[in-house]
Parts: sequence; C-alpha cells; structure tokens
Amino acid sequence: MELLRFFTAGNVDDGKSTLIGRLLYDSNSISTDIIDTLTKQSKAKAEDVDIDLALLTDGLRAEREQGITIDVAYKYFVTDKRKYIIADTPGHAQYTRNMFTGASNTDLAIILIDARNGITDQTKRHSIISSILGIPHVLICVNKMDLKNYDQAVFESIKKDYLAFAQPLGLKKISFIPVSALTGENVVNKSSNFLWYNGETLFDFLENVEIPQEEANNETRFQVQYVIRPQTQELHDYRGYAGALLSGTIRKGDQVRVFPIDALTTIEKIEKFENEVQEAAAGEPIILHLSDDLDISRGSTFVLENQLPEVSNEIDATICWMDNKPFQKGQKLLLQQNSFRAKVAIKSIEGKIDIHTLESTEEVSEIHLNEFCKVNIKTAELVSYDPYTKNRKTGAFILINENTNNTVAAGVIG
Amino acid sequence: MDYLDQLEAEAIYILREVAGQFERPALLFSGGKDSICLIHLALKAFRPGKFPFPLVHIDTGHNFQEALDFRDVLAEKIGEKLIVRKVEDTIRERKLVDGKGKFPSRNGLQTYTLLDTIEEFEFDACIGGARRDEEKARAKERIFSVRDEFGQWDPKKQRPELWNIYNGKIDKGENVRVFPISNWTELDVWNYIKRENIELPTIYFTHERECILTPQGQLMNTNEFVEIEPEDNVVIRNVRYRTVGDMTCTAAVESTAYTVDDIIKELKETKISERGATRMDDTLSEAAMEDRKKGGYF
Repeated sequence: MELLRFFTAGNVDDGKSTLIGRLLYDSNSISTDIIDTLTKQSKAKAEDVDIDLALLTDGLRAEREQGITIDVAYKYFVTDKRKYIIADTPGHAQYTRNMFTGASNTDLAIILIDARNGITDQTKRHSIISSILGIPHVLICVNKMDLKNYDQAVFESIKKDYLAFAQPLGLKKISFIPVSALTGENVVNKSSNFLWYNGETLFDFLENVEIPQEEANNETRFQVQYVIRPQTQELHDYRGYAGALLSGTIRKGDQVRVFPIDALTTIEKIEKFENEVQEAAAGEPIILHLSDDLDISRGSTFVLENQLPEVSNEIDATICWMDNKPFQKGQKLLLQQNSFRAKVAIKSIEGKIDIHTLESTEEVSEIHLNEFCKVNIKTAELVSYDPYTKNRKTGAFILINENTNNTVAAGVIG
Repeated sequence: MDYLDQLEAEAIYILREVAGQFERPALLFSGGKDSICLIHLALKAFRPGKFPFPLVHIDTGHNFQEALDFRDVLAEKIGEKLIVRKVEDTIRERKLVDGKGKFPSRNGLQTYTLLDTIEEFEFDACIGGARRDEEKARAKERIFSVRDEFGQWDPKKQRPELWNIYNGKIDKGENVRVFPISNWTELDVWNYIKRENIELPTIYFTHERECILTPQGQLMNTNEFVEIEPEDNVVIRNVRYRTVGDMTCTAAVESTAYTVDDIIKELKETKISERGATRMDDTLSEAAMEDRKKGGYF
C-alpha cells in the first residue's frame, strides 16, 4: 500500500474543512460516535443544519468559537490502495506560517477557489508558497459550484485565469476539478449536475495521482543523527553512525566524502535492524560503519565521491519569517538542516517577495511575520547542501533564535 | 517503500532525533499497545546499543494486572531500565483527593505524578505513544511539543514544524513531549503489530469478563475501585480492550477476536472510534482533551 501526503489550502470560507469532512464522510472514514457528536454540535450551532462537517477538523476551542482554522489539523483515511495523511491548513493570512508548516513535506497541494469569487489574494499566496516549497502537483478545486448553477463557463474562466497567473510560478503540474463540498458533488460521488465534466472526482483523483519518488532518484545523501557506541565487552570497538538515508542509494564498498570535515573514506558495512545489508535505499533508517576512524558526529553528511554537493559558508535562500517579532540585523540565529546545526547571521536581505506578483522589492532591513525574503546567510562553519529545486531534503532548513529557542524562519536554498 | 515502512522510518527518525538532541530523555511506557510499539521501534533504532533513555511508567494504581505483568516481563527481556512512579504516592504526599463518582478515574491525578517524575529525574524529553487520530486536540499537536516548566501545552504558541526538521532546543526546566507515531492510526498500529509479530498483553484479545453494562451501553470492568450497587446490570461477556488506560474509565468492547488478524478484521468493520468506544473521560466536554493537555497531561 502507498502513502500520499497532501495539504488543503484556500481562503477563509472557501470550504476547506467542509471538503475534508465530506471526503472522510462519503468515503466512510468517520466513526459513528464522532458523527453523533458532530450532529449534536451542529444542531447546537444552527437548528436547520444537519451536520456541519467543518467541525471535524477544527479541533481547538478557539477555532470552534471563531469558526476558523488557526493551526494545521492532521487527518487520516485509508482505502484499499492508499493511506492518506491530510494537513488541513489555515486560510487566514495571519496564519501563513502554519500553512507553510502543514505544506512543507507533502506531495500534493489542494487549493480551493470559491466559484463565486474566483482567484483571490490567498489563492495567489498559497500557489506561490506551493511553488517555493516545490510541491510536485497542485490541484485546484473550484468549490461551491452549486451556488453558480454548475455553470461550465464559470469553471472554465477560473481555470483560464489561474493558468495565466500561475504561468511564471513554474509549478510542475496543475489539475482542476469542479466540486461542491457542501453537497458532496464530485468529491467522492459523481453528479448529474456536472454532465459537462468528464474528469475524475476528487476521490478518484487522489487514488490515481502519481506519487513522485524524488528522493529515490536524487544523488546519495546521508546524515548522522546519532552515534551508536555500546562500549560493552563484546562490542568494544563498535561505532555505528545511525541516520536515515535522505536520498539516493548507498552500497557497501562505496567511496564517500564526509562533511564538514571533508574527508574521504569507504562504507565498510551497512546495518539495518541488526542485519547486515549490501545496500540501502532513500528513506531507510540504517547504521553505517566506515573503514577509517574519523572525527564524525551528529550532523555530519556523507555523499558519494562522484556526486559532490555544494559546500560553502555562505548561502542564498528564500525564507519565510515565522516569528511574531520581526527580524533585525545582528540577531543571533542557528541554522538547522535535518540534524546539522550551525551558527549563522543573515548578512543581507536582498529583497522582500511580493506574494501576489512574485516580484522582489528593494533591499530591506527588517523582516516581519509571514513575509518572504531573499537573503544571504553567512554560516560559522561549512555547510554542505543542494539547491532545494534539486533536493528537498538537503536544500531546506529552519532558523532558530538562540535566545528564545523558537523556530523563527524556514528557508529553501538556491 | 510500503506505507508501513514509511511510518516506521519516520518514527525511528524521530526517536534518533530525541537521542541526538536531548540530555535526559525518557520513554513513557504503560504496557499498552502503542507504547509497546514504541519499544519495538526503539529496538530497531538503537540496537545493538542500549536505549539512550529509561522506560518510565506512571502507575495510576488502576492498571490491569495483565498490563503490569507484561510491562515487567518486557523490560526484563530487553534489559532496559524501568522506572515506576505511583499516583498513590503523589496523592499521599500532596494530600490530593481521589476522583469521585461511580467510576473514579485517576487520569487527572496522573498529571501531578508525571510532572513530579519529570522534575525528579530532570527529564528534558518524554516520548509518548499518542496518535493524532485519537482525538481532535491531539490532531493539532506537533511531533516535538514544547511544554513550559509547568508542563503546559499552549496551542497558540506551537513552534512551526517543517519537513522532517525537529527543533528540540529548550531552556532548563522546560521539556518536550515527543510523539513518534503521531501519524499512525489505530489500524496502522495493528497492521504493524501483525507484520512485526509483536507480543501483547492478553487483555487485547477476547476473554470472558464480568462487567457492569452501563445505561449508555458501555461495558465497565468490575474491580475493587467500583462499588457494585443493586441497580447495576452485572453481566458476563466475551470482551477485549482496545486501549488499556485507567481501568475504571476504560470500557471493554464485545469481541470474538482471538488473533491479531481477527482484530484487524473487526476494526475494518467497526464504526466506532477507539476513544469513543472506550473512554469515559473524553465525553465530559468538547474540549476535555485540550484542557487536560493545557494542564500538563500527555
């Protein structure tokens, strides 16, 4: 069985939570006790409503009170073919950082557009974020078609507008489905109101959409999470480097270069769950043994000698600022890339990205919450990395404020 | 990679991040299926080395004996350190009052013991087997969930958590709750138990048990903490447990499932959620879990 991670985004009131509720409800993924609870809560809110499916994902008291999604909610459902992990992300601009969080490690973006309103600022913002995050596939669900009499012209016009807007974003793949989350039409079940639409329902789309295997095809990258040294009598000299193979494949006998120490060595042994294996593939948790005794610790990166990454103490990146307090020059920051950490300073902010036009402004000195900026970062030690467009695993990082310990920004390199 | 391999890899990655980022982590172990899976995952993450953390059990005193026995046997078998702290001792030392009502739960009181234990051993990270599919407040929580020095969760101040990059930096006195199987559902857990051939306490499988059938239709185990009254409908049924929490507030479900395969089949057919079927404490209010978490609960 396969695993598909996707996120949903859209403007407030575009019906995201309702859409997810509908998807789960019509695919029989909600338990009866939860439906009972929802029905009671729905009735308490409005007498004439049978069941408000949005209540399913709004899990915090503040969210139910305000009727909005503040933070990402994770939901799960399963079919015979796939397990799905859904990140339901907030629509409000002020919660963009939470949207960025939910979207970061997904394979598919579902962006809702209200058929009555067409493309809005939030559609643009969410599309640009999808583009920055390199989400492999964007699906536009034109929702509330029931309120536009299922008019094909409305759907086609939104599609045309969107394609024109998205053209410069470089999104890898874009699809469109007209739906009504409220009535459930084209979500799981087809409807006679959409006779002009020959494509898949949302559910069928999810079942059939290709799940990209980017990591498997990328160059080999491994990072040490933890050094295992039992120091017992029988395992006196055991020294294994535990970590996940971030991308590519690795074989016994491979010549590898280790960063940041920049040393060459050989893979002597690969262990997986106490068994020796000849090779390992992207994503597998393994323990590596090297033929040389080198100064290797958590955060050290192994690459194949013929597939070298970029190595530098200066990186250009696009960051999203996530802290309530704005960034000011001189702030002490830590960069974390998987398990690697280094002290860094943002040397220059080359420009703020206009989230609606993708244009860059002039140089600025402050970055505020939810703003996207192109920055130049100086690191205290050498960082090995790949441009994010080439490798999502080694091209992504977060910035941590050394005083508050908070994650204050997320960035993609290149 | 198969989806179970992916879930397993994610959980092992998280466990190794805990080992790499914290000085004094702990793995909270209850003898229940989720924490038994965590131990299995930790064996895969760290063997042939020892676990970089002890196992810690917060014993409510309302546990099923089968789960306690299983706990001790497993800890012995894998040769890892087990620390047990009892809610009873906290009640005595802090002069607390036990829960009231027909089925007096110690779910609220165990938060005190947990926080005291964290303080006693200066744990900076506690690994738990909570899953996001259990409850809608849990569905909102990060995998690395930072708690303040009072153990409190503030849903409005959660750190952004992107890709597979986990920020476990904290100040002294704070701690992080870590949930490696956040993205697993109940069915995923059972499929994993089946695939990995993981042993479980017998109460997960069907057995004959004396229960009180409540007016709401829940089957509550009769035990020394529950006073049987004349109007109680005491029945003997073939039941099993879907969770093994505090036995005064965890209901049994009728079942004929003898094997893990039977259970998986039953789960695919059942229409009632795990907590809905078995937990009395969540039905108290719509935000019962959110409130408990804000107070320092897991």
